[in-house]
Amino acid sequence: MRRIYLDNNATTPILPEVFEAMRPYFAEHFGNASSIHHHGQETRAAVERARESVAALLGCRGSEIVFTSGGTEGDNLAIFGLVRAGDHVISSTIEHHAVLNSCKHLEASGCEVTYVPVDGRGMVDPDDVRRSLRSNTKLISIMMANNETGVLQPVEEIGKVAAEADVYFHTDGVQAAGKVMIDVQRIACDLLSISGHKMHAPQGVGALYVRKGTILQPMLYGGSHERSRRAGTENVPGIIALGKAAEIAKEALDRGDMAQMAAMRDRLQEKILAEVEATGVNGQGALRVPNTTNIYFDYIEGEALVIALDLKGLAVSTGAACSSGAIEPSHVLTAMGLPPNQARASLRFSLGKQNTPEDVEFALGLIPVTVARLRELSPVYNKTAVST
Amino acid sequence: MLIAKCQMPLSRTIAVAMSGGVDSSTVAAMLRAEGHQVIGLTMQLWNQRRLAAHPGMPEAVQGRCCSLDDVYDARRVAETLGIPYYVVNHEDRFERDVVRPFVEEYLSGRTPIPCSLCNNHLKFDQLLIVAQQIGADALATGHYARVEQGDRSGRWLLKRAADTSKDQTYFLFGLTQEQLSRTIFPLGGMAKPAVRELARDYGLALSEKPDSQEICFVPGGDYKKFLDAYLADQGESLPDTSGELVTTGGEVVGEHHGIHNFTVGQRKGLGVATGSPLYVIQINGDKRQVVVGGQEELYSRTLRAHRVNLIAVDDLHEPMRVRVKIRHRHEAAPATLEKSGANEVLVTFDEPQRAISPGQAAVFYDEDTVVGGGWIA
Repeated sequence: MRRIYLDNNATTPILPEVFEAMRPYFAEHFGNASSIHHHGQETRAAVERARESVAALLGCRGSEIVFTSGGTEGDNLAIFGLVRAGDHVISSTIEHHAVLNSCKHLEASGCEVTYVPVDGRGMVDPDDVRRSLRSNTKLISIMMANNETGVLQPVEEIGKVAAEADVYFHTDGVQAAGKVMIDVQRIACDLLSISGHKMHAPQGVGALYVRKGTILQPMLYGGSHERSRRAGTENVPGIIALGKAAEIAKEALDRGDMAQMAAMRDRLQEKILAEVEATGVNGQGALRVPNTTNIYFDYIEGEALVIALDLKGLAVSTGAACSSGAIEPSHVLTAMGLPPNQARASLRFSLGKQNTPEDVEFALGLIPVTVARLRELSPVYNKTAVST
Repeated sequence: MLIAKCQMPLSRTIAVAMSGGVDSSTVAAMLRAEGHQVIGLTMQLWNQRRLAAHPGMPEAVQGRCCSLDDVYDARRVAETLGIPYYVVNHEDRFERDVVRPFVEEYLSGRTPIPCSLCNNHLKFDQLLIVAQQIGADALATGHYARVEQGDRSGRWLLKRAADTSKDQTYFLFGLTQEQLSRTIFPLGGMAKPAVRELARDYGLALSEKPDSQEICFVPGGDYKKFLDAYLADQGESLPDTSGELVTTGGEVVGEHHGIHNFTVGQRKGLGVATGSPLYVIQINGDKRQVVVGGQEELYSRTLRAHRVNLIAVDDLHEPMRVRVKIRHRHEAAPATLEKSGANEVLVTFDEPQRAISPGQAAVFYDEDTVVGGGWIA
């Protein structure tokens, strides 16, 4: 069966060039980067080159990059590395669980957290952040781009709020990295986390930008790796891959390749809205990353649509999966004010660098007929159809 | 062309409701072996950890419906069989249509059967709809029961399982003709040991997994602790339903702490010392009275059933001779069935029956065929 993958906000395939770059670091260049001999030295050099590549993507110095195991670790290190009992933290209602559940844990450990709301477009208002400041506010943690809607948050303005109040600012950049230009100086953030597997590097590697002079309490104790900010022998193949993926991402952004991705996304979105009635875009009117669209299909269960499409070879997603693999109602869409029915009827389509216009046509060939079948069998749709 | 078509094996797309147990796993394996396109579905109905913090609620409940272990088992079976498998989340609907009514029934002095509600509202409604939506034309489950199309009436018939000790038709009386027409019970003709053997033959690792018995969302079967924990979770407290213990003659013989602590036929825990043993005869929710009496007063010859669903016949035009089962472990007793209103019947037993409990189901049988059933008023 032909299978098309449009769930790149969940994870992305490793690009062939990235895979080639990391391949020698399994068996050929296997050294421990901390070793003093030749093997260690060549690995160390490669790790530091990768660090420079990641730094170039984010607009910072190599020394400000800490390699991690992924987005969750970066978010945790940023939050728990700074915040102490008695501190106040400002976050938002639409954060990824890596931030949201870290904040919940802070609340259970003697901290206070303010979750600023979002408007109907899914955007945080920087004034809400400013109004939430307190004398004991230590950290603001608000994401760059939302994983479900792709909506970009006004991080530069939030960065100004943080700078004026002399409060640390962390932003989860996992869904922004490689999709939009990132410049930590413009954002004026102190911490920014990214994840390899959301940008065509493998799962299990990520990076945290830590502004020079920011003292983080480490979460892992051991050797003096990563300037004592993250102990543990480096995941060398992963780091090399992240470096390569960062290079590729930067070149693509500099060339303006994202316009093509946005065009594919727009074609997908516009055709769905035109061909399927009772649909709409979640995040309409907001700036979004170029690869994501989140669409509601009234009168259906998104879960059933995801399964029906998967059985026909199209991989998309809805909400966030819980531990059993079942889908939970999206806290992001609910926070945007969508009624529960509409939140459950929403699907996320997210493109990756491997996708082609043919992939979009394949999806467009399946979606309208599949939605029609679901609606035909939906008790809610029929009732509504009869009454109108 | 037509002949060729007839000779082709009939391959259908069938969704299997997989619980992670032996029965439904074997069903999936059987249908796969028969050459059907099989899609495994597990319903996520209840978060077992939700009430874990409340007193008396164990943190980890082993081998219960919807536990992560069961989903893991179901997923492994699907993977072994090479079939697509999905978990579908129906927690909201389960709480609304099964858990909440379960709690309310107890609080009004009745004894509910959540399994029937789950079958009616979840498995053969929600899940069957999802199954059709994703392209399946039928839903198969591991229930011990049989479905056949009647020769003369053309109606879809629900029949008792060949293994009568495992028969589950009592919980399936609510199925409509439409639902039955799309339902497959592959284990209806089999005995449990044969199912386990088949599971072993198919190489299913869980062939020795024990059967589940209790209500899936009530850990350890302690429904009173569950009521407390659930209401506390909802920010509610147990309403005060304490009141008097009275005899059938109206004499007050004591007090009780709440009607939800009693079920009809119960003997222990009445807190009244008398010469002869006392039983709960009736629970009067409105007056918060628990009526007690001697063993002989537990027997009665008639019951009224409402919200009746008829399966084998489209209506009751005249009284009908049937056997009626008033709880899962009850030997169906001879009785006459008469229509007494819209979706309501009067059941008159030949011999008085012990402890007819409001809230339970009365299911009517003609030999092995389920005529229909309703809820005891």
